[in-house]
Amino acid sequence: MKFIIITGAALMALPFSAGAQDMVASRNLAAACAICHGTHGKPAPNAPLIPLAGLPRDHIAAQMRAFRDGKRPATVMHQIAKGYTDPQIDAMAAWFAAQKR
Amino acid sequence: MKRRDFLKLASAVSATAGSLTGLAGCATSAPSKARVVVIGGGFGGATAAKYIRMWDPSIDVVLVEREAAFVSCPISNLVLGGFTGMEDISRGYDGLRRHGVTVVQDEAIAVDAAKKSVRLARGGDIAYERLIVSPGIDFMLGEIQGYEGAMQSGAVLHAWKAGQQTVALRQKLQQMRDGGVYLLSIPLAPYRCPPGPYERVSMVAAYLKQAKPRSKVLVLDANPDVTSKGPLFKRAWNELYPGIIEYRGSAKVVAVEAGAVRTEFDSVRADVLNVVPPHRAGDIAAKGGLITTNNRWCDVDWRTMESKAVKGVHVLGDATLSAPVMPKSGSMANNHAKIAAAAIVAQLNGRSPILPKIINTCYSFVSQKEAIRVSSVHEWEPEKETLVPVKGAGGVSAARSEAEGTFAWNWARTIWADSLA
Repeated sequence: MKFIIITGAALMALPFSAGAQDMVASRNLAAACAICHGTHGKPAPNAPLIPLAGLPRDHIAAQMRAFRDGKRPATVMHQIAKGYTDPQIDAMAAWFAAQKR
Repeated sequence: MKRRDFLKLASAVSATAGSLTGLAGCATSAPSKARVVVIGGGFGGATAAKYIRMWDPSIDVVLVEREAAFVSCPISNLVLGGFTGMEDISRGYDGLRRHGVTVVQDEAIAVDAAKKSVRLARGGDIAYERLIVSPGIDFMLGEIQGYEGAMQSGAVLHAWKAGQQTVALRQKLQQMRDGGVYLLSIPLAPYRCPPGPYERVSMVAAYLKQAKPRSKVLVLDANPDVTSKGPLFKRAWNELYPGIIEYRGSAKVVAVEAGAVRTEFDSVRADVLNVVPPHRAGDIAAKGGLITTNNRWCDVDWRTMESKAVKGVHVLGDATLSAPVMPKSGSMANNHAKIAAAAIVAQLNGRSPILPKIINTCYSFVSQKEAIRVSSVHEWEPEKETLVPVKGAGGVSAARSEAEGTFAWNWARTIWADSLA
């Protein structure tokens, strides 16, 4: 069975049907965030987190990098963000930005 | 018949005449793109059912679950402390039905992988194109002499599957005399929810400190030391519950007696016996030939969650032979489900699956309001052919805090919704 690798720069340079496959790869990556941020980036009503759905892509990506680089204080996100490459952060940010609020 | 009409009919029949009539119709008619059957409606199975429907509504999904409602193990220790109620940690399956999942309240008793069908306890077979088994754990009662009888008489409880036993244990704690001893026995790792026992110790100590301050919590841990978030738990115990908790490592319980347990060294008396036996993958995993390792766990291909023993069957959650440093947790089962859902949707649509990357986050309360946390990010390692934690990522809380407590409740409510709503 063939598998598609999404680590590192490969995400941005997928060999075929890049658009659709990119969105699926981004969707899969972002799905892991849903345990705290909610399905499609929509947390429960009155949740203490800002909904990621529909936030500007560049804003989400910048916050992730700020967490990762220790520039924005956090209880957990500084530890999670370190697990992701720049292309992965951009892919997840784009996916959340594309979700309806 | 058009597929859309078929779906309407199938859901109408199962809603009115009960599941089996509806399913018998499903099993003989040509389904839509394919049918995926999911056994078990916990964090793994429920999430898989929802996400397959969400990611490809042309796939039929049938979820087989014994219970009428989901009761969460995470947060159930707060019920023992008296800080929340069973209704707060329970959720129905209507959310999945709204995603078009056919929910069947029944027990899967056999899997025929050659015929690709699942047998139900009340009779009838369901055919599948892909099967997901998310059976949770069952207990190896024979490992502890006298356990089964003591459990049946109510003399010992595990309360390691949230539900009736959670309620019973809370009642025993309420009935215990001031000055009594609550005993928790922890099995050797691996077991469900590594920090769970230590959270339970904290919650019971919090209750006793306030309601019965002369009482004690006695921990007999088969492991040499606290297996998760050790320094954070021990600091909380020393600072919040001085003189209440006695912790003994390398203390494996081998027998349950009247009002006491026996370790390899001595007999220990207590008023409330909470003995958690060692676990293995849930029974249906054994019946389906899915157990591969030590007669306990199911090895899987972590790229798809497909069983290494039986083709076409995916195993999720606590039943799996854990990948390195991967806990048996609700967060992980939910993420396993998304790996399986993505792989199955890709395969049924003739696409290649994408290598997975997932996140674990486990919160533990140490007092009514304060929590601690451990997190990790896991990705595919081609050389080792498994998921491994990403180096430099993850970690534990800097300190216990009410902020972590707020995020713990958010995690719980959000993952319940992500899995079931």
